[in-house]
Amino acid sequence: MNVRSKSMTREIVEAGLAKRRRKDRVFRTLGLLSTAVGLVFLITFFATLASQGASAFKQTHIILNIELSRELLAPDGPFDIDYADFDAVVRQALRRELGDVNGRRDRREMNRLLSIGAAYQVKDTIAKNPDLLGSTLKMLLPVSADVDMLLKGNIDRDLEQSQRPLSDRQIEWVDRLIEKDRLVSRFNSALFSNGDSREPELSGIRGALMGSVYMLLITILIAFPVGVATAIYLEEFAPRNFWADLVEVNINNLAAVPSIVFGLLGLAVFINWIGVPRSSSLVGGLVLALITLPVIIIASRAAIKAVPPSIREAATGLGASRMQVVAHHVLPLALPGMLTGAIIGMSRALGESAPLLMIGMVAFIVDVPAGFTDPATALPVQIYLWADSPERAFAERTAAAIIVLLGFLLLMNLAAVIMRRRVERQW
Amino acid sequence: MKSIDNDGTGAVPSGIDLQPRSVVGVEVPREAAAGAPVQLTELSGRTVGDVKAQDAYVVAEDVNVRYGSNHAIRDITLEIGRNEVVALIGPSGCGKSTFLRCLNRMNDSIESAIVTGRITLGGQDIYSRELDPVALRARVGMVFQKPNPFPKSIYDNVAYGPRIHGLAADRSELDHIVHTSLDRAGLLKEVRDRFDDPGTSLSGGQQQRLCIARTIAVNPEVILMDEPCSALDPIATARIEDLIDELSKNYAIVIVTHSMQQAARVSQRVAYFHLGMLIEVDETNRVFTNPQHKLTEDYITGRIG
Ligand SMILES: Nc1ncnc2c1ncn2[C@@H]1O[C@H](COP(=O)(O)OP(=O)(O)OP(=O)(O)O)[C@@H](O)[C@H]1O
Ligand SMILES: [Mg+2]
Repeated sequence: MNVRSKSMTREIVEAGLAKRRRKDRVFRTLGLLSTAVGLVFLITFFATLASQGASAFKQTHIILNIELSRELLAPDGPFDIDYADFDAVVRQALRRELGDVNGRRDRREMNRLLSIGAAYQVKDTIAKNPDLLGSTLKMLLPVSADVDMLLKGNIDRDLEQSQRPLSDRQIEWVDRLIEKDRLVSRFNSALFSNGDSREPELSGIRGALMGSVYMLLITILIAFPVGVATAIYLEEFAPRNFWADLVEVNINNLAAVPSIVFGLLGLAVFINWIGVPRSSSLVGGLVLALITLPVIIIASRAAIKAVPPSIREAATGLGASRMQVVAHHVLPLALPGMLTGAIIGMSRALGESAPLLMIGMVAFIVDVPAGFTDPATALPVQIYLWADSPERAFAERTAAAIIVLLGFLLLMNLAAVIMRRRVERQW
Repeated sequence: MKSIDNDGTGAVPSGIDLQPRSVVGVEVPREAAAGAPVQLTELSGRTVGDVKAQDAYVVAEDVNVRYGSNHAIRDITLEIGRNEVVALIGPSGCGKSTFLRCLNRMNDSIESAIVTGRITLGGQDIYSRELDPVALRARVGMVFQKPNPFPKSIYDNVAYGPRIHGLAADRSELDHIVHTSLDRAGLLKEVRDRFDDPGTSLSGGQQQRLCIARTIAVNPEVILMDEPCSALDPIATARIEDLIDELSKNYAIVIVTHSMQQAARVSQRVAYFHLGMLIEVDETNRVFTNPQHKLTEDYITGRIG
C-alpha cells in the first residue's frame, strides 16, 4: 500500500511536470517580452532626444575683423562705454566682409544675420580691456538663430522666400560667408552660462538649473530630516491608537494628492500669509518639500519596520534606552531604505512643474538667480516655456534642456546610490 | 522542605497567596494542550512543591500577565536564589517566556501586555516607579532563543553594553572587559584574531556564545535565558551548558528549556508551567524522579507537550 502510493505520487508529479514547465516558460517569455518593450521605448526616447537635442550643444559663430574705431564708438569726443554704439562696429565689420550691402533695406536684412549678443560681446571685451580702443580685433561672434538654423539644415532653402525666415539675399550672403570660411560651429557655451532670453541663440539653462539646484537643496534639507524624524516618532514612540491611525491614513493620502494642490497651498500659506518672496527658489523648495515629505515618511517607516525585532530586543535587553535603540541600531539599519525614499522623492520634486506654476515660477526670468530669494524658474518649467516658443531654434534647446534635466537626475541618483552603499557597508 | 498536594492539605508557604482564582477552571479546557484531557481538579491553581529558594534574590509574587483578553500567566509565585539555576519547563505556549520577560520588564515594549503582581530584585520592587527599566536590564541580562548579534563587529557586540552604561573608563578597560567576557563565554580562542569581523559571520553556536558574552559583559546579577540552545547542535549545546554551570557561581540564572535532560543537567530547581499556571516547583532531582503533580508527571514522561 505504502509502496504503491509512493509510486503513484511519482507518477502524478511527473504527469503534471510538463504543464508546470510550460507555465514557467510562458511566464519567462512574457517577462522577457515586457522588458524588451520597455527597453525599446526607452531607446526610442533617448534616440529621439539625442538626435533633436544634440545640435543645440553647438552654435554657429562668425569670424569678423572688428575695427574698434574711435569715430564710431566715441563720435562726440570722450568714450563712454554705456553710450557707445557697439552694434555699429559689428555691422560695419560685416558690411566690409560682404562688400555689396547697399541701401537701407539691404542693411536691415544684413543686420538680421547677426545676434544682438554680438555687440554685447564686443562691449564686454572693451570693458575688460579699454586699451583695445582704436585697434582692430579678430573676434568670434554669435550669429542670429536663423542663420544657425540654416547651417544646421533646419530651414528649407527650396521654400518660397516669404515662407522662410531668411530671404534669398540673406541666404546668398550666408553662402558667401560659408565659402570664405567665416562661419564656424563652436560649443554653445551660452546654453550653460546664460539665463533665459527672447533670442534663442542667447538663451541658456543656467538660470533654470540654478533654480532647480536651490530648490532641491531646500527640499532635501527640510523634507529628509523632518520625514525621518516623523517616521521614527510614528514607528517607535507614538502610541498605537485612533490618532496614530488617522495620521497614517492622512500621510498616505497626502502622497497621492495631485501636486498642483500643493502649489495652491504654497501660494496661500507661504506667499500670501507668511510672505515668502514669490517666484523665489525658497518658496519653490518649501512647496516641493511638502510634496516630498509623505514619500520620505512612508519609505522611512517601511525601512524602520523592516529592522528585525530581534535586534531591538537584543539592545533593549542589554539596557539600551529607547533613544539608544533607535540611534544605535534602528537608524543605521533603516538608513539605506530611507535614502531610497529620498531618491524617489527628490526625483519627483525635480520633475515637478505644476505646483511651481501656482507660485509664480513660470515667469520669464533672464537673470541667473544668485540666492534663495531671487526670482527663479526650474528646469521642467524652462522646458515647458521653450517648448511653447514658436522659434525653430527653441525646439532643439527644449530637447537639450531635457537632456540636461535627465543628466541632473542621473547624477543625483548616482550620488544617492553611492551614499547608500557607504552606509550599507558600515556593518 | 514543604510540599503542597492537590487537596491543599499541606501547609501553604507563609506570605504567599495561593488561593485558586475562579476563572481558572473555566478557561482551561478550551486552551488545553494536546494530550490527556485536563481535569479541573488537577488545576486548582496551587503550586505543588516549594516555591521558596534558599537564598532568595528574585522574588515573584502573584504575577499575572494578560495580553489583551488572553490571560497568559496566572498567579505565579516563585523565588530564585542568588547562585542558583532555575529551569522553567512546560509545553509550548504555557507562558514560560512570558514569565521570564517579566523579570527584566521586556514585556513593557509589548503594548497589549499588562503585568500585575509583585517582583522584587534583592528586595527592590522592579515595577516601582523609581526603578528605571534601563537600570534594571543592566542588572538582569537576557539571552534569547535565536542568536541575535548586532550587525556590528564582534568587538562592538560585546562592548556595546559596557559602552552605553559607561562601565569602562578608557579603551584598555573596555578591551579587558571584552576579552574576559569572551573568555568566560568560551569564545575567545575562536575569535581572538577576528575581533573586527561582523558578529553575524560566526556560526550559530558561536553567535549564541557571543550573545552570552555580550550579556555578561555588563556584569549583571541575574541572567535570563530563553531556550538558548534550541538552535544549536549537541556539541555547542554542551559547551553552553558547561558555561551555565560556570556562570552559576556568580549569577542567578533562569533558563527556559524544552529539553528535560538539559534541565536535569544544568538546574538546581525546576519549575513546571502548564497553561499559564505554575504547577510544580522543586529541586531538580525530586521533580524528575518523583513528581508530585499528575501534570508534571505526564509532561516529563512525555504524555503532554
Ligand atoms: N506578544 C504577545 N502578544 C500576545 N500574546 C502573546 C504574546 N506573546 C505571547 N503571547 C501569548 O501568551 C501565551 C504564552 O506565551 P509564551 O511565549 O510565554 O509561551 P512559552 O511557554 O514561552 O512557549 P514556547 O515554549 O513555545 O516558547 C501564549 O498563549 C501566547 O499566545
Ligand atoms: Mg517561549
